[in-house]
Amino acid sequence: MLKAILVTLITLTSTAAVADIHPDRQTELIYLLKHDCGSCHGMRLQGGLGPALKPVPLKRWTAEQLAMTILSGRPGTPMPPWKPFISPQEALWLAKHLKSEITP
Amino acid sequence: MRTLLKFLTALLLIGSTNGIAGESDSGCLTRGTGDMGIIVERASGSLKIVDRTSHSILFHVDGLGDLSHASAVYSRDERYAYVFGRDGGLTKVDILCGKITKRVIQGGNSIGGAISQDGTMIAVSNYEPGGVKIFSAADLSLVADIPATQVTEKKGAKTVGLVDAPGQRFVFSLYDTGEIWLVDMSNPSKPVIEKHQNIGLQPYDALISSDGRYYIAGLFGEDGLSMMDLWHPEQKPRKILENYGRGNKKLPVYKMPHLEGWAMAGGEAFLPAMGQHQVLVAQRGSWKETGRIKVHGQPVFVMARPDGRQVWVNFAFPNNDTIQVIDTESKQVVKTLTPGKGALHMEFSPRGEEIWISIRDRDEIHVFNTSTMELTHKLSVKKPSGIFFTNRAHQTGL
Ligand code: HEC
Repeated sequence: MLKAILVTLITLTSTAAVADIHPDRQTELIYLLKHDCGSCHGMRLQGGLGPALKPVPLKRWTAEQLAMTILSGRPGTPMPPWKPFISPQEALWLAKHLKSEITP
Repeated sequence: MRTLLKFLTALLLIGSTNGIAGESDSGCLTRGTGDMGIIVERASGSLKIVDRTSHSILFHVDGLGDLSHASAVYSRDERYAYVFGRDGGLTKVDILCGKITKRVIQGGNSIGGAISQDGTMIAVSNYEPGGVKIFSAADLSLVADIPATQVTEKKGAKTVGLVDAPGQRFVFSLYDTGEIWLVDMSNPSKPVIEKHQNIGLQPYDALISSDGRYYIAGLFGEDGLSMMDLWHPEQKPRKILENYGRGNKKLPVYKMPHLEGWAMAGGEAFLPAMGQHQVLVAQRGSWKETGRIKVHGQPVFVMARPDGRQVWVNFAFPNNDTIQVIDTESKQVVKTLTPGKGALHMEFSPRGEEIWISIRDRDEIHVFNTSTMELTHKLSVKKPSGIFFTNRAHQTGL
């Protein structure tokens, strides 16, 4: 399962399919990030029960690794898997978004 | 005599400018605050001050910083609200004047706070750098700084579940290190700290029973809850409801359930199951599970109407557009409401005839009559979250 996601992620990056997310869905994802991820990471993503999701602390991870965390969660921690609600393509888009300097 | 005359004239003048609205020259209201409250606007760092009787907004107050997950307590005269923000801000708001009296940035990342039994101190707990700071309720000057157990060189354990307890005490839990600490502030310059270790893995929130006797911490890292009988601290915290938690399946949790609103009704406690679409019922005192009620989603707040006859429940993403009402006698869901996406917070009027619910995505507060369970009023509030009525001023743990 994990491998399958990883393969999808790698294929996605190489085909640059990330740009294909519809602007409406992008807005939805940013809203989700702010309000639903925000319940653990802080609405401004400065950290809470979960760590800050800001470009500097996230430097140590690649976008693919972060997308993996978003999709599968981190077992043993409160970080839940979001794959029922977010596609691999969308997770990668979110991860890149988090690594860039844009604040939601 | 002349002075007296002057004084009387002055009184008359004040009387006339007061007018019908009860508003004085300064823009402050002259009225009681017993039917007032505040509503947090989480995205804009502002508050609405409301009148419960007329269902209207009295003031809008800006400049409170990051209010995601913000909470508040009241001074015992019900005039001031102390608001705890995510950015570490502690703000004292005069609700009669609709103004910020004082604001301090006390930490990096705070999560909640409490007011002492005698009303003179405000305690704030911090995720970062971890620990609790205690301030004078009068001017928000620092009274005591209690750092948490160090986890790494730079980081202390995250402190959660901070409440006030009888005997001028504050109680809180340490997420990373699994501890419960009791801080006795009877002598403000000499806090006495009692530390209980190995209370369970990853306590993430806690509550105190309304009589101030039981402190109960929810555990993320294992099943069960950690309970401390504050009448008998020598008995140490012990595990209760061993089956409470995520169980073997370890279902994902999309929003941590809140324990603060834990519903106690008729000798039973109703609590949110973790990661499951259930409300659990347990006997108070023995803390044995007596039942489970199937509900619409993962419960976040499970709150009893003040008379204990009903329990209102809201849910985590993706079911946060729904509210369910449970009859505590039959243990049945008697009503399912769908007021809109982001039904995040609920607050009962002190005697329970009404409930106010924040509907985030509609930018509205919906007020329901709890007997008919029908919508009676709507208020426009931008991205509303917490609703706090002034009667909290007199309740331990709130
Ligand atoms: C119920 C709480 C919770 C929610 C909701 C949540 N997270 Fe997390 N998240 C955590 C915790 C706790 C960690 C830290 C895990 C650890 O200890 O390694 C984490 C870690 C992460 C990390 C890794 C960061 C790092 O530096 O290691 C990313 C990325 C992340 N979350 C993204 C998200 C996104 C995107 C969402 C929303 C779609 C989300 N999270 C929702 C609790 C949560």
